[in-house]
Amino acid sequence: MTGKGGVGKSHVAAGIARAAAARGRRVLVADMQARGGLAAALGAADLGPAPREVAPGLHAIEMDTGDALREYVRLTLRVPWIANLSVLGPVFDLVAQAAPGVREVLGVGKLCWEVRARSYDLVVVDAESSGHVVAQVAAPSSLAAIITAGPIAGQVRWMSEILEDPARTGVVVTTTCEEMPVAETAELLERLATRSRVAVAGVVANRVPREPFTVDEAAWIAPYLDASTGLWERDLGNASAAARDATLLWRDRRAAAVEHLGVLRAAIADHARRHGGAPDVYLLPEIVSPDRAIVRDGLAAAIAEELS
Amino acid sequence: MILRGPESAGFDALVDAGVVIVCGPGGVGKTTMAASIAARAAATRPVRVLVLTVDPARRLATALGLDGLGDRETPVPAGAFATTLPPGDAPAASVTVSPIGTLHAAMIDTKASWDDLVARHAPDAETRDRVLANPLYRNLTERFTASHDYVAMERLFEARRAGGYDLVVVDTPPSRNALDVLDAPDRMRTFFASRLLRALTTGSRGGLAALASRPIVEVARRILGVRFLDDVTEFFALLRTMEDGFVARAGEVSAMLRAPDARFVVVTTLEEPALGDATRLAGELRGRGYPLAAIVANRVLPTHLTPESLTAASAALASRPGESDPVARAALASVAAAARDAASLADAHRVALTALRAHAPLTLETPLLTRA
Repeated sequence: MTGKGGVGKSHVAAGIARAAAARGRRVLVADMQARGGLAAALGAADLGPAPREVAPGLHAIEMDTGDALREYVRLTLRVPWIANLSVLGPVFDLVAQAAPGVREVLGVGKLCWEVRARSYDLVVVDAESSGHVVAQVAAPSSLAAIITAGPIAGQVRWMSEILEDPARTGVVVTTTCEEMPVAETAELLERLATRSRVAVAGVVANRVPREPFTVDEAAWIAPYLDASTGLWERDLGNASAAARDATLLWRDRRAAAVEHLGVLRAAIADHARRHGGAPDVYLLPEIVSPDRAIVRDGLAAAIAEELS
Repeated sequence: MILRGPESAGFDALVDAGVVIVCGPGGVGKTTMAASIAARAAATRPVRVLVLTVDPARRLATALGLDGLGDRETPVPAGAFATTLPPGDAPAASVTVSPIGTLHAAMIDTKASWDDLVARHAPDAETRDRVLANPLYRNLTERFTASHDYVAMERLFEARRAGGYDLVVVDTPPSRNALDVLDAPDRMRTFFASRLLRALTTGSRGGLAALASRPIVEVARRILGVRFLDDVTEFFALLRTMEDGFVARAGEVSAMLRAPDARFVVVTTLEEPALGDATRLAGELRGRGYPLAAIVANRVLPTHLTPESLTAASAALASRPGESDPVARAALASVAAAARDAASLADAHRVALTALRAHAPLTLETPLLTRA
């Protein structure tokens, strides 16, 4: 799961994980950033590096670089003589500063390990935002270019196999129907196609404002909404003038969203012509409420419905 | 671009500065805000202004109305930002005023900037060429994100010191990474001071072999492989020849960010999760001694749309004598529903604005615009 910052990618990741778990699948949902947005999106207390069951069948973790390193050493290198792994910390920090891809691979590798171990039916990853996700999914193959021998070289090979198999791994890009997020989504699809070998599984258009009127209603209300007719004041009274402004605002937001959705669909069609395979577009409604739990549950319900 | 109407006068407190760092969560209009602040300064002050973006997502050009933008500092034609006036005191909605300053813009290319840095700090041409040819260096600068951070702060410093700019406005990456960017100069100093770097690079070029018996090196070798570790060792040894230049510079950059003419601006919208991220970021900036000048609340509902006015309007519609036409009834019910949604949003905005005022000396509001 990726997308431009602020489009609700963590909430969509949480919603997909919840929907899959509700269907009886065993799900792991992982936040790739410590203190990322997943915990809040799940409505769960602080998450940690060990999977915790936050709902029946739904396990959540928050990645931590130090723990990922210890886990990696324990699982793959079998070096029991290192009783005190803390000795690794400084070495690791030093190397990670020179080649940050090492750090990225550890996080990605931990999740690939879970996929390979088949302990879950589905692993949902709340990954980096659109500016950085290509570096993240391509980290194993990037690292393979600079580390040509040794255990890591062997590790990144099987990670790449999992990530580059469209039957097992897909990137889902979340966007909102606004100019900048749509433009970034189009750019991201291009970069994923040209700089990685990871498939795109879908594009989620989040927070689509609802259409305020049916066609008949819109025709009836149009002369009232036109301030030059004076009809609103005459028939509906001054007391409700703020409602007219709110309606105009909502109508414009919807119209703008529909326009940007059109741009998104055109960009995807264009992308498909050049690279093949158009990802599906899923629409999720905007839910307006000051209550975060209502927004969270409403979104999860909408995702479950959109996926069914 | 935005910054219109009387409320925009509040932005003058931001533009009379040497450095403005614009930070905040993703998707709140940060890049547009950085462009607007820079444009306002160049339009209304006789100053040379530069706006820099480190966001790899390339949105600054769009915000400035340019076709493209690269690493080189490019002049923005006066026509592109003259019409973004009026400032707050102009009466009309749009008056074209000739700018009295100049505006440049650049999108930092990490690789090119690193190459410049190495060229500047390398003791001789041979060292420079060996660094530039080292496979680790090439990957470090091209592929991975962390190296953007240091270079951004470095460019900011260079623009202020040697570029002759009176004001540099920086658009930073989204908030979780913004602190990484600001901390980058200090991290660079820590990195050079680390004992391990010294241990790995002490002695002759065969230093690694001499150290091979050390358990730390043995562990690193088992994890990373010998060839990679040799590349690492060479790279660090080369880097150390440039240590003095890097460390001195990092200290100067760090001081510049805390100087009296630096202004930090946190941009946010009034909805979660942006709001929570922005509040946390404001606290962390102050905690680290960075001068937080203002929080800008972007996309705020028009002031006359309050929870009270909207709820009253919705009630007034509901209490009307019955419509016989079912379409009319349905349409008015839909209007009432839109008003209730807007009331809900206005309520959330009011709560959020009140909370934000406690976090910064100045809170500025910019309106929700549905059409660009």
